[in-house]
Amino acid sequence: MANVTLRNVRKTYAGGFEAIKGIDFEVGDGQFCVLVGPSGCGKSTLLRMVAGLETITGGEIDIGGRVVNQIEPADRDIAMVFQNYALYPHMSVYNNMAYGLRNRGMAEAEIKTRVEEAARILELGAMLDRKPRQLSGGQRQRVAMGRAIVRQPKVFLFDEPLSNLDAKLRIAMRVEIRKLQRRLSTTSIYVTHDQLEAMTLADILVVMNGGQVEQIGNPLEIYQKPATTFVASFIGAPPMNLMPLRSDELKSQLTGDIRASAAGILGIRPEDFVISNERGAGGVALGLTVEAIERVGAETFVYGTRQKEEQGVAATPGELPPGEIIVRIPGAVGPAIGERIRVVAAGDKLHLFTADGRKRVG
Amino acid sequence: MEKSTVFNNRLLPYLLLLPQLVITVVFFYWPASQAIWQSFLREDAFGLVSEFVGLENYQALFAQPEYYRSMLTTVIFSTLVAALSLSIALLFATQADKNLKAAPAYKTLMIWPYAVAPAVAGVLWFFMFQPSLGMLSRPLRGMGLDWNPLLNENHAMILVVMAAVWKQISYNFLFFLAGLQAIPRSVLEAGAIDGARPLRRFWTITFPLLSPTTFFLLVVNIVYVFFDTFGIIDAVTGGGPAGATTTMVYKVYADGRLGGDLGGSAAQSVILMIIVIALTAIQFRYVERKVQY
Repeated sequence: MANVTLRNVRKTYAGGFEAIKGIDFEVGDGQFCVLVGPSGCGKSTLLRMVAGLETITGGEIDIGGRVVNQIEPADRDIAMVFQNYALYPHMSVYNNMAYGLRNRGMAEAEIKTRVEEAARILELGAMLDRKPRQLSGGQRQRVAMGRAIVRQPKVFLFDEPLSNLDAKLRIAMRVEIRKLQRRLSTTSIYVTHDQLEAMTLADILVVMNGGQVEQIGNPLEIYQKPATTFVASFIGAPPMNLMPLRSDELKSQLTGDIRASAAGILGIRPEDFVISNERGAGGVALGLTVEAIERVGAETFVYGTRQKEEQGVAATPGELPPGEIIVRIPGAVGPAIGERIRVVAAGDKLHLFTADGRKRVG
Repeated sequence: MEKSTVFNNRLLPYLLLLPQLVITVVFFYWPASQAIWQSFLREDAFGLVSEFVGLENYQALFAQPEYYRSMLTTVIFSTLVAALSLSIALLFATQADKNLKAAPAYKTLMIWPYAVAPAVAGVLWFFMFQPSLGMLSRPLRGMGLDWNPLLNENHAMILVVMAAVWKQISYNFLFFLAGLQAIPRSVLEAGAIDGARPLRRFWTITFPLLSPTTFFLLVVNIVYVFFDTFGIIDAVTGGGPAGATTTMVYKVYADGRLGGDLGGSAAQSVILMIIVIALTAIQFRYVERKVQY
């Protein structure tokens, strides 16, 4: 049981490339922390630094009140689940789980108890004598989990553990991981690029981009109040609609104090639009031409273009073409393609950012 | 299910196989059958008369103490060469597998000896350790060692073993390096997190995962020491002193080419062939099963 604290952690490679540019956060005892971000944002590097597989070139990593910068991975009291599971292919399931315990000189009787207990929890009891190649992807994943839990470490580290599984199994394993972590209440750090996994697993969500933290907080808080346009478009699917406030059409609709503020970009989530001609006080109305419709059963996504052409805002992931707006409406009934509609969003649903997208202003 | 191709022309599949079959027949089955046939004949030194003598050549061979001696020499020589060239190559490969700055240059240098012909390699080693001229013989003498591979049987053996090992390390190194690079890094990282120190990690993870490569190299190396070291032995010691480095393959040459006993030489090559086929079969039957995971 332990806290994990990162203080101004940095990683600069020999060539001068700065992969991690000063990161601070704390994961409380028993909490589930998820690091999320696009590929190349440094999230896996950061996790590997916590594990001790990458050197730390600046700052401190503290596990359970002990700075671990110079401590070997084996002595950090952590266990890690790798993306490709990294099972020992020449060892049986039993030996895969027992290996870490044997290296620590534990008595065989105690090893047997622990491995059997883990196998019971993970429903691997019938497979202890098999080799990894005889297992399915989901079973291998469970062995990797088993190898982590038999050690009873202070911290679990997960490096995109579900990305090699098919969609259905991924959801099932996601729930299993969460239940297991609750039950063992072991502090965990989990890396993923899947924002849905991030939202559903995290107690604390750390959104990363370009080696820096964009926002840290409770997943719902982050969804409701994204700190930057990057977070706004990365968390949530489909992404938030972002519109520059250059045109008079939008600006004139906003109330006085917002108009006077530093706001340069307006963001509205697809589900916060309503198809209506009535604009409430402080709200925003847009005229759209329907370009495409996606019906997924419970909800319908309407893709429309603004009637007055707009330059889009350059927000990297999930970015929309200039002037395109996504509206999410419940049910399967929606407008027809080519139809002209008016959508409105209430005043309390508006997200305002500075023109560079780096700061939320309202 | 494996997909089988259906040819419309009946002749075509045989034509496609023909080049390979011709090479195998001309360069293996034909000389091998010639050797078997010749081993039952006795020929005079000029090759004018030959008579069928049955198993007499074999009987004569097994009555010769020199033949048993060459067998023992072969066992010692092949064990030393295979063991040393495999273990030294593995050591070098594990070092080259680390993320070193000069790794590419190091790898290239390691591969060079393989491009040197066996006889040339033999001559190089012969000169380096030649008792009166060799640049490495003087320091050895200086250390109080009476180094003389021309007269001392053990010294001669050491010298041919060194030359043969030096020549084979490159080949083994290449395969070991490829084998090491095929081991996923995350498996070793998992081992590190699981508390295995580097040496233990090597013996419990790397070495077992490398076993298919090691097995393959073992088979190749044994064939190498049995046959391909001929050039080295011929150039360094010529089988001497007093037959101390006459391996079975060298004796085939010495008796047949130099001694003119073609029948006896053929009988030896038949025995040698049987030994190598048996060794390889045993390796595939028993060892290969243990190296699969």
